[in-house]
Amino acid sequence: MLPALALASFGCVVLLLEFLLGKARAAAARQWILGLSLTGLAVTAWTLWAQQQALDGRRLTAFSGAISVDGFALFFNWIFLVASLVTILISYRYLEIEGEEHAEYYGLILLAQCGMYFLATGTDLVTIFVGLELMALSFYILVGFLRGERRSNEAALKYFLLGVFSSALMAYGFSLLFGVAGSTRLKDIGTAIQAGDLHDPILLMGLAVTTVALLFKISAVPFHMWAPDAYEGAPTPVTAFLSVGSKAASFALLLRFFLEPLGALRDAWQPLLVAVAVLSMTAGNLAAITQTNLKRLIAYSSISHAGYMLLGLVAGNETGLQGIAVYVLVYTFTNLGALLVVAALRSKGAGRGTEEDLNDISGLAQRNPAYAALMVVFLLSLAGLPPTAGFIGKYYIFLSLIQTGHTVLAVIATLYVAVAIFYYFRIVKRMYMGEAAERASLISSSLGVRVALGITTAATIVIGLYPEPFLRFAEISLLR
Amino acid sequence: MITSTHYLVLGGLLALIGTLGVLTRRNVVVILMSIELILNAANLNLVAFARELNQIQGQVFAVFVIAIAVAEASVGLGILIALFRNKETVDAGEIDLLKW
Repeated sequence: MLPALALASFGCVVLLLEFLLGKARAAAARQWILGLSLTGLAVTAWTLWAQQQALDGRRLTAFSGAISVDGFALFFNWIFLVASLVTILISYRYLEIEGEEHAEYYGLILLAQCGMYFLATGTDLVTIFVGLELMALSFYILVGFLRGERRSNEAALKYFLLGVFSSALMAYGFSLLFGVAGSTRLKDIGTAIQAGDLHDPILLMGLAVTTVALLFKISAVPFHMWAPDAYEGAPTPVTAFLSVGSKAASFALLLRFFLEPLGALRDAWQPLLVAVAVLSMTAGNLAAITQTNLKRLIAYSSISHAGYMLLGLVAGNETGLQGIAVYVLVYTFTNLGALLVVAALRSKGAGRGTEEDLNDISGLAQRNPAYAALMVVFLLSLAGLPPTAGFIGKYYIFLSLIQTGHTVLAVIATLYVAVAIFYYFRIVKRMYMGEAAERASLISSSLGVRVALGITTAATIVIGLYPEPFLRFAEISLLR
Repeated sequence: MITSTHYLVLGGLLALIGTLGVLTRRNVVVILMSIELILNAANLNLVAFARELNQIQGQVFAVFVIAIAVAEASVGLGILIALFRNKETVDAGEIDLLKW
């Protein structure tokens, strides 16, 4: 509970700071705001660490079973912490370029992380719903944060309409599940499902609607339409936070939901998840091939990554669940890194939307060899090639598929890796062989960007070369 | 005698109307209203079940859903006003800068 308290109180204080300090444009005020947000994250890290020590592999429940603090929840919370730390580090410079330096931005990031905490720990429908909405509402505002920018407005509106629609469906599904179980605790719902008749229309309707809403949130095909638009129009640091934070949190909820109350119905939902996973890999990878906007390309690739993660749940053995945890961890660092390079392309003076295109990254190797090389590392990892972390993530997912006899699925997934290599290497080719555009953007670097790049690069390479400690960390996080 | 089945059917109809509204209407404000209908269908279910099961949890859940619906409406209208300032439209079909 302490991490959520820390996040909520720091988030609210930062949110109000602009009124207290006056104009946030004054450099001193902005540094105060940044410092206070980072302090908030440090306090959160400390409380998480304290909980990790106190927990020692056990599982603690609080508020008469409304939240459950276990290895699973803490694992995901470390991921959220990394995501918001990197986002805050790169945002300072980005907001300066955009001329939108407001304290609310940092406050909303902290509040979104607070919502994610409840998604990962919640074991009660009310807690889960409120946590989900806290995260989603913060994200709607963050996506539309560049108020003067039409693309940002549009992205926010499209994300909002589809997001709220899925939330409303989830509320409706939850209300039916509550009616069947007579309780809002996930545990009681699990018992009621086991005891009850699967042909009960109320139960079926509740489960179906809730599943659709969950798939919406992880942007799995056919409920992925919001992701490319939201990713493209949002400020790039927000895209980074949205693509890893929101996805990891929604995945935590999906895993808890499918493994705990729905664990007994595995035979019923497994074929459905197979279909969704294959569709996500197909649509994500094929649509990414033709993209010329880097953020949109990463959006489609992230849809296909959701498909790979779902395959771990399809396999469902220990290797598969550990594989999902490792995959989410690896994906977090790698996707943050790739979007960080895209964010660094943005510099003062040029119009928006002109600096995140394939043409703009063309010839980057001549202008800035270091950033081009880092981008290659991240793309290798996203594709899942050996010396990088991405390989470890994919390896465990594929291994679990073969262990459980889903050989055909493993072959399909491997084939799509080849497609992914094609479109990731199109970026590499443009960076190294392409001509620089006429008004080539300069990399705008700052201390925050360099620190964030250091974190993501180090993690991407270290997990790839020496994965044991991370695998052990993922192993203690399994839901048992 | 009105049983909870009646409430459930009414809730289901409201949710259906809301879903159809979201899928077919072009005006963003009307889409928002349709979403509110689905949320209220959920509230109706929750309160009906809470009465049938004779316990308070469902009513508490409904209060939370109402509060969240208000927050959603305010954020959504805020975003819509920001868009309207840059491009004077509330028609979802004309919001076409981002595609494929």
